[in-house]
Amino acid sequence: MSTEREHDDGDSGRTGTFGDYGGQYVPEALMPALQELEDAYERYVLENEDGFMDEFRERMRDFGGRPTPLQRADRLSERYDREVYLKREDLLHGGAHKLNNALGQVLLAKYMGKERIIAETGAGQHGTATAMAAAHLDMPCEIYMGRTDVNRQRPNVYRMRMNGAEVTPVEAGSATLKEAINETMRDWATTVERTHYVIGSVVGPHPFPKMVRDFQAVIGDEIREQIRETAGRLPDSVVACAGGGSNTMGTFHAFVPDEDVDLVAVEAGGSSLEIDEAEGLAPNSATLSTGTDGVLHGAMTKLLQAGDGQIVESHSVSAGLDYAGVGPELSHLVETGRVTPANVDDEAALDGFHRLSRLEGIIPALESSHALGYLERAAGTAADGASGDEPRAEANDELGDLVVVNVSGRGDKDLETVLEETEKRDLEAAPDVEVFDQ
Amino acid sequence: MSDEPTEYDSDVEAAIRENHPALITYITAGDPSLEDTEAYVEALDRGGSDLIELGLPFSEPIAEGRTIQDAINRALAAGTTPEGFFELVDDLETEAPLLVMTYYNMILQYGDEPDVRPFVERAAEAGLSGIIVPDLPAEEAEPLRRACDDNGLDLVFIIAPTTEGERLDRIMSHVSGFAYVQARLGTTGARENVSGATHESLERLSEYDVPKAVGFGVSTGDHAAEIVEAGADGVIVGSALVDIVASSETPEAAVDRLEAKARELKRGARRGAETVTIDPEDAPEPEQP
Repeated sequence: MSTEREHDDGDSGRTGTFGDYGGQYVPEALMPALQELEDAYERYVLENEDGFMDEFRERMRDFGGRPTPLQRADRLSERYDREVYLKREDLLHGGAHKLNNALGQVLLAKYMGKERIIAETGAGQHGTATAMAAAHLDMPCEIYMGRTDVNRQRPNVYRMRMNGAEVTPVEAGSATLKEAINETMRDWATTVERTHYVIGSVVGPHPFPKMVRDFQAVIGDEIREQIRETAGRLPDSVVACAGGGSNTMGTFHAFVPDEDVDLVAVEAGGSSLEIDEAEGLAPNSATLSTGTDGVLHGAMTKLLQAGDGQIVESHSVSAGLDYAGVGPELSHLVETGRVTPANVDDEAALDGFHRLSRLEGIIPALESSHALGYLERAAGTAADGASGDEPRAEANDELGDLVVVNVSGRGDKDLETVLEETEKRDLEAAPDVEVFDQ
Repeated sequence: MSDEPTEYDSDVEAAIRENHPALITYITAGDPSLEDTEAYVEALDRGGSDLIELGLPFSEPIAEGRTIQDAINRALAAGTTPEGFFELVDDLETEAPLLVMTYYNMILQYGDEPDVRPFVERAAEAGLSGIIVPDLPAEEAEPLRRACDDNGLDLVFIIAPTTEGERLDRIMSHVSGFAYVQARLGTTGARENVSGATHESLERLSEYDVPKAVGFGVSTGDHAAEIVEAGADGVIVGSALVDIVASSETPEAAVDRLEAKARELKRGARRGAETVTIDPEDAPEPEQP
């Protein structure tokens, strides 16, 4: 079953649409490059011309460390009184699922004869993955990153530099991912003939949403195989966090035809779900839950926008989710009811972060912590006076008995943010963080 | 109507054909305020603009360079809204027809539901003659094209240095008003020199009987001369004018400088036209005094 229509038969001639979403809304100068990319994607990725996909899989195995494990989370299973499995994308080289796409695109750029790689990054995970892939494949690389994100994600800035990438801070607006994307598009419009823009999520103009999804689909493909092997059946539900939606689509894609498997996309509820139109601010990044249809960064999709069409500044404690748009295919799957959107606030995400760290010995990315925060909320009502170690009193929900949560990345990059944010709050699962302020 | 895209009977085309070589100027509406914009547009009109593009600011201007990006941010900070923009246009009385330049989401969101029609209808009511959308390639333009046709507005398409072959044919068959020829790859912004890509682009377009105006990087009368000499029917100037707005000490000073700059550019364009040898077969209609 396919969820997209490759070529809309309508008069518009729109390509790469998912229901009403997707398309190619970019400056004219980029259109031939998108056509060139679409041709390359079809030949190399879909048809494995010149053994492209064989080389990609081999490099993902030897350089990337695939397959990643599907681990039974013993204490979470006990706590929630059901089988909980974690897909460990945090164990992929670089510490996040981002390498799947970055390596795929950099390799594709190489096959296409491009000479230079550019990318944008929010949390720095995509920038890091792109810088690593570019170093691995010997391509010059420039990464645009909002100044705010440069300041809150310093370890990743260092890692990009270590791998030989140039990191260019973007000062405009709120200086986060949205502004970094604008700046990267400007660079691309100037250098399009020799440069490939490695878009970091299932967003942007066609063919990016499909191509990035296909590079990430390995996550869900592996989960299917692994859960059948260990549990003998498909899961009742699959939970993944959603910013732009690349790990979400990668995790869900293989399960879309399995109507019995519930797919839950967990967004950043931030501090509130309301949009402050006067200030142009959304104190959240819950686009699937609260956004409205519009065009941003090359695609028709759901957006956080004011009534007159201005895009508002999003917010999340997790830089990687802090984006006012979302992938068009996810918008479509939510619109058709196949994917359920959910959101948890900053506090629940931080709580999820600490809980997984303490109960399972895995420090998750703040992005993934949103999925874990949702699990806590959905998997059972809170036991009175529960400490981080006690199982939940009851379980009463729609998640089912067999749940897979995608741990999209590891949380080392987030430690400074977590310490700072934890100090402000009374979190159930958090350790005493004052000890760090010597 | 839309089946006959080569019939040009629009205000926009007339403005270019009858004032050949034409000067097309751009300014961001609401920078630094809508009241000042009114005075600036009138100055550009007095200075000899044959068409004036008014930028309706959008928060994510991916096709703009730093100069216009900053102007858009100033306009948004000053509280510029689509309705305020249309009210400004309601009040403007210029000889030059006016076009609105904005991003697709702004057009889509005007009205209660995402739909292009309410914007186009309001634009027509305000007296605008056409629309330019930097992030709307021909492939996605059908709904807007239809709405524009129904309301008598031109939809101007941008031809980039990378637009070639079949794509170029397809876009040129959709062009109404004029073809906006992007002089170089990249974003808007004043440059020191006219790009070599301009000559190549005009060469590629020479077989199409559509007015061609060149923009992106044009800032002086000498540029304008060079571009017209290369075969353009018009020159488009934006960032150099926005620079004047940003760098003038008072709005009054900006008004004077904008008018003077428009005169310089128009003179340059005329100088360029004098040195062009035109095949009598291809000559435009004689100018009216």
